[in-house]
Amino acid sequence: MDEMKDVVLEYVVDEYVDEDDDVEVGFDTALISSGIVDSFSMVSLKVFLEKKYDITLADNEATPEAFNTVTSIVELVNKHLG
Amino acid sequence: MAYSDKTRQAFVDDIGAIKEKGIFKEKRFICSPQGAAIRVEYPEGSPQEEVLNFCANNYLGLSSHADVIKAAHEGLDSRGYGMSSVRFICGTQDIHRELQDKMSSFLGMEDTLLFPSCMDANAGVFESILEPEDVIIADRLIHASLVDGIRLCSAQYDTFKHMNMKHLAKKLELHQDKRHRLIVTDGVFSMDGDLCPLDEVCELAEKYDAMVLVDESHASGFIGRTGRGTHEHFDVMDRIDIITTTFGKALGGASGGCVSGRKELIELCRQKARPYLFSNSMAPPIVAGSIKVIDVLSKTTERRDKLEVNTQRFREGMTSAGLNIRPGVTPIVPVMLYNAKLANDIARDMYAEGIYVIGFFFPVVAAGAARIRVQLSAAHEIEHIDKCVAAFAKVGEKYGIIGMDKKAIIDKYGM
Repeated sequence: MDEMKDVVLEYVVDEYVDEDDDVEVGFDTALISSGIVDSFSMVSLKVFLEKKYDITLADNEATPEAFNTVTSIVELVNKHLG
Repeated sequence: MAYSDKTRQAFVDDIGAIKEKGIFKEKRFICSPQGAAIRVEYPEGSPQEEVLNFCANNYLGLSSHADVIKAAHEGLDSRGYGMSSVRFICGTQDIHRELQDKMSSFLGMEDTLLFPSCMDANAGVFESILEPEDVIIADRLIHASLVDGIRLCSAQYDTFKHMNMKHLAKKLELHQDKRHRLIVTDGVFSMDGDLCPLDEVCELAEKYDAMVLVDESHASGFIGRTGRGTHEHFDVMDRIDIITTTFGKALGGASGGCVSGRKELIELCRQKARPYLFSNSMAPPIVAGSIKVIDVLSKTTERRDKLEVNTQRFREGMTSAGLNIRPGVTPIVPVMLYNAKLANDIARDMYAEGIYVIGFFFPVVAAGAARIRVQLSAAHEIEHIDKCVAAFAKVGEKYGIIGMDKKAIIDKYGM
């Protein structure tokens, strides 16, 4: 669980945070509602999760709410992994 | 009654929620032709005030240009008011063909197709040329109409960090297994005024076998030595595959848009683009006016040259006055304020000083990046620009932000 959190956090920082951005992202940082990740670019994260964990996320699951923090993302992935 | 009190109340609550968030858009009425100086009724019901307009897309001052108005009148007299048809049934006149040919020549592309707006062009272009085995790779700050068009299309899509070529290369590498790759960007980004480095984009496109689509709505007519656009500025006029642009900004400011590019892609749009197939043809007076605009711009660079001088004077004036503007060269000049309420308060005080500008904040721009977007025009005279700078200096002084950088403004007002 913690390992998955680290993997997802690393991806989020690498994919969405610019070197000159002065934001710190942690497991419970709001990603969508704070504007770090917008609804358009959220697709990159969805594709990453599906590929990395060999799962398929339906559109009604990959919601801004479910993708709002690293913690909530990991919960969603774990639901699929059983 | 289907629209019951309960139903009405639900919608009233929705509107209330928008107001509570502070993002409710107020009505403003312009009671004169579009121009550098306009008469405005704001708030609704107030007496009209003459103010200087620094928030129109009227970059070349052609919205009320005498020759364009005359040409539109002639178009109205010779070809009528409307077409009452989509293009492919009985909505294409000889002047639609003439405008398309002129745009192809002006932009340096193989073929062009007119749409009712650039929003429609962007809604239709992707679905016409791409399939599920293809991928669109888009800059994260592209215009909302491109986002909508991409979402309407069956192709896969991915995004890259704003103007980050390293990240774009990474994504192109990642998607080498797809049939076609299409890079999508704005030429000039509407909120930041950034110029996309199209020379670098084209190099990557060639390296990774990708097509390039550029929305030139905030560039056509004035970016580049002869105003052809961002592709002229970066000397890549023959390396762009698709341009979408509008007649609703610098090119006369009325309405209408187009897709211009490789002839096979344009033909597919003609066959398949839903906004082309199911929405009305551009009205004859607007087509005639747009033809005149292209003729005027093909003869002289006087207007784009004046816009360049005005832009430089404003940018230098604001910097000297100690306002925090986003650096750049385009006539879109964001005055960075970071805090939404501060942006709104300063815009309101600027109006009291006779300057019409608007505050922009999340979700239109990123959270914590609130700003006033100033747009220069060739219709502005030196005294207009100096008055605008002086007003910003006065209002900036009132709010104590003169000489402040990002950190200082955020420390004072929050994000």
